[in-house]
Amino acid sequence: MSKLNKSEALIDAQGVSINFGGKAILADVNLTIGDGEIVTLVGPNGAGKSTLARIVLDLLQPDCGTVLRRSGLTIGYQPQRLTINSVLPLKVRRFLQITQRHPYDHLTQALNAVEIPHLMESDLHTLSGGELQRVMLVRAVLRKPQLLVLDEPTQNVDITGAAEIYELIEKIRQSYECGILLISHDLNVVMSATDRVYCLNNHLCCSGKPEDVSQHPEFLRLFGKHASQKLALYTHNHDHTHGPSGEIIHHEHGHDHN
Amino acid sequence: MFDDFLIRAIFAGLGICLIAGPLGCFVVWQRMAYFGDTLAHSGLLGVVVGVLFGIDMTIGVAVTGVLVALMLIGLQQQKHLPTDTLLGILSHAALASGIVILSFMETLRLDLMGYLFGDILAVSNTDVVWIYLGGLIVLLTLYFVWDQLVALTVHKEMAQAEGVAVLPLQIIFMLLIALMVALTMKIVGILLITAMLIVPAATARQFASSPEQMALYAVILGSLAVAAGLGGSLTWDTPAGPSIVVAASLFFALSCVLDLKKSIASRRKPIIK
Repeated sequence: MSKLNKSEALIDAQGVSINFGGKAILADVNLTIGDGEIVTLVGPNGAGKSTLARIVLDLLQPDCGTVLRRSGLTIGYQPQRLTINSVLPLKVRRFLQITQRHPYDHLTQALNAVEIPHLMESDLHTLSGGELQRVMLVRAVLRKPQLLVLDEPTQNVDITGAAEIYELIEKIRQSYECGILLISHDLNVVMSATDRVYCLNNHLCCSGKPEDVSQHPEFLRLFGKHASQKLALYTHNHDHTHGPSGEIIHHEHGHDHN
Repeated sequence: MFDDFLIRAIFAGLGICLIAGPLGCFVVWQRMAYFGDTLAHSGLLGVVVGVLFGIDMTIGVAVTGVLVALMLIGLQQQKHLPTDTLLGILSHAALASGIVILSFMETLRLDLMGYLFGDILAVSNTDVVWIYLGGLIVLLTLYFVWDQLVALTVHKEMAQAEGVAVLPLQIIFMLLIALMVALTMKIVGILLITAMLIVPAATARQFASSPEQMALYAVILGSLAVAAGLGGSLTWDTPAGPSIVVAASLFFALSCVLDLKKSIASRRKPIIK
């Protein structure tokens, strides 16, 4: 596999397609992530967001398309769900070093940065949802990765907590200059911190700067109902819509969705 | 009063606990108890194969175990049947074919009970050397892959994304279990090997606050069970292997009672954070 050198992107995926059991989960998707760039994947459930992330992480091979990675790319990965068998005794301090050992003062600094220094010796099984998300974020960042992949980092976190976590993510980008691939459904909160949004629904509906994407008819069609007030007003000018299994249906004339 | 056979038995038992403690923790953490059982059941086939080809029994058992483990990995690549079903098939296919092949070998008089339940009191000096040499290999290997194995246990894909070579690691782990079964079979027997893996580890859980501590406590608890079991076996003239497992199970029951007391006590106190 050819590798990208330092002047190029961290990840460059072109024409990625994958099928599961005859169903196209991703069709001809392109994605690039550069240094210090926050790239957000949005899309409804089953749109293939996590699948694309797993392809980026090299956990899954696409059926066709190419995925180039920078040579020697270091990755920090925060998975969507962490269910640890309760028979495994695990303190936060040990969990932070699960794939790489760190000096103790790095651990304290890192926990201080997310305002949970008191959790160092806590049992991982007793943490609340928000605490666990922070601990997972800290763990991924401690590796000083060039690319950070965060799959729904605000799951099980209330709205205030989610906003705080997004602030943290922006801080991380500033202090580590790492590229970040963010998967999220919290559209409104995500937008402010993001450089580029990819709106995914098995194919790439649209991509670009958040303000452009938020005006894109495809985005509005997928999220119009839930997006912010100003997004609710939109003109009906999209060029295609989706059937029940996500296939693209082209229309000559507009029609009413709701 | 300490006869040679007793000293050998104690050394063999402690050697097994050294291996079974840390390995057993991973068996428990990764929900692989049934896998240990499967490899143990394939042990009888290994004995028979060993006799058939005129190779050492321990090597025969280890090789059979490795083959069964590799077959499992191969079968796991298909997506229709879940692992516990595959294990059930492999486990009983291996055990049954072991017994069937054994029946063809009329000239061979094999003490089936001895292999099913083991005989720690009949352990030879060579056996003890085997256990400690094999144990050294297991422990050294575990030492080098420990952090990666723990990472794999916590979250497989996270570990893989961050550079842990998952499949080689899983194969190494299965090989270690196969080796452990081969070393242990003569002593506790096919039917009770899994007990040595999981009972001390499960007992250690409630006293431990880190993975490493749990492995250490499992070794200690296993050793205590060996001492108590052998003592009981001498006192009441009971079979040694099962007595050790009974002792380990009693420790587990005791730990459950302690755990219950602790949770009742903590429920009485108001919890202030």
